[in-house]
Amino acid sequence: MLSASDLRKGLKLQIDGNPYIITDFEFSKPGKGQALYRCRMKNMINGNQFSKTYRSGDKFEKANLEERKMQYLYHQDEEYHFMDTQNYDQLFLTVEQLGDNVNFLMDNMELEVLFFDDRPIDVSLPIFVNLAVTKADPWVKGDTSGTDTKPVTVETGYQLQVPPFVEEGDKIQIDTRTGEYVTRVKE
Amino acid sequence: MLDLHGLHIRAALLRLLREFFFERGFLEVDTPVRQPVIIPEQYIEPITAEGQFLQTSPELCMKRILAAGADTIFQICPCFRKGERGRRHLEEFTMLEWYRRGEDYCSLMADCEDLLRFVVLGLPAFEAEKKFETRRLAHIDFSKFLEPAEHITVEEAFNRFSPVPMARALEQDLFDEIVVEHIEPKLGIGKPTFLTDYPVQLASLAKVSADNPQVAERFELYIDGIELANGFTELTDADEQRTRFLAEQAAIKNDQGRQQEIPERFLNDLNQLADAAGIAFGLDRLLMLLTGSDTIQSVVTFAPDDMI
Repeated sequence: MLSASDLRKGLKLQIDGNPYIITDFEFSKPGKGQALYRCRMKNMINGNQFSKTYRSGDKFEKANLEERKMQYLYHQDEEYHFMDTQNYDQLFLTVEQLGDNVNFLMDNMELEVLFFDDRPIDVSLPIFVNLAVTKADPWVKGDTSGTDTKPVTVETGYQLQVPPFVEEGDKIQIDTRTGEYVTRVKE
Repeated sequence: MLDLHGLHIRAALLRLLREFFFERGFLEVDTPVRQPVIIPEQYIEPITAEGQFLQTSPELCMKRILAAGADTIFQICPCFRKGERGRRHLEEFTMLEWYRRGEDYCSLMADCEDLLRFVVLGLPAFEAEKKFETRRLAHIDFSKFLEPAEHITVEEAFNRFSPVPMARALEQDLFDEIVVEHIEPKLGIGKPTFLTDYPVQLASLAKVSADNPQVAERFELYIDGIELANGFTELTDADEQRTRFLAEQAAIKNDQGRQQEIPERFLNDLNQLADAAGIAFGLDRLLMLLTGSDTIQSVVTFAPDDMI
């Protein structure tokens, strides 16, 4: 069990059977009053958030979370299938669970799958991924429209803004935290 | 860790505070940091040291000095409170306390305004000596220290800022939450604000008002929503003080399972003390405001993280 004095930003707790992460934390203590631990909590499964102020006597349970190395295999409709690289167990996560991460999943990619009480709930991707551009308007030399980016589509179907010199067939590096273009990759 | 400029600003504040009290004839005292018996307070947990305690405040010793006949005394010293860690809290911090015999809490509020003015108007002299860079303080709007202070009672503050009246907050044990979330952020905006006349339930070591038995002559000083000081007219009735200590002792036993002794020599000396008033002022928090710093960690010479 954890006590209120263990609370801090980034701590993961189990509340009513769900895993929560503390996204904002502040200790306060008015005058001769009691210590208050003000937390902003985010449900790690559905993203729901709430704020709550805890007190010294409050007790907490640490969330039972575990990361396992897995390989992304394929997706069928809304189900994204992964395989444990140790024991070859297979499982799937839904589009809803994966959120924006689906934009960066490539066949055979290795990543970490996050489990809560042995249930897969999320994946952690590499920070940078290299994806091929499958659709881009050609760069018109002498274009004076003044725009310094243009939209392209990459192999996963994700669309983003890139500098005008990026062309169809190029590989580009994308930051999975922001979903933004980083650089063109020579291969 | 403070850089050289930061150290000079901190040193300038220490010097100005001492000058302020010396000019007014105060006696500087230094009392033991480690004490065998401390004030039993439900929400202040001490750090133990070889069966004794590091002081949570120099209050007991300073009042005993008053009882021994001193009129006006001050002290700048480290205080320790277990588990207090946050943007405005450190387990070890620096306290400025001063006491006046024969006075009440109104004198202390006047002192606070004089002190803020003295410090703010005195700092440029140190800048002129090139002890620290002027630009360090250039962006601070010092007018909020110099404006005439606002006085608001706790009850008024609840009426103005709280979603529930004070009586209900006390009844439902929501007082502290509401003060932190709804009231404190509104206090001391553009000028010093004194939050005064605490409900008797929260009197601590303060005297109950002669005019209104529902409130204690206790106040806190705020600037920019930051609590800077807690002062009061001292309760000098030893029997009443013992009753309050016993209640705190029982609450500590109940909450923390800890047996905290009653400071008997203090209660004994309290019999020698007539009227008095005293205040605890957070020196580090004043430095936060004077330098526009967001965290208390950035204004102390070494923060806990700088030590490992």
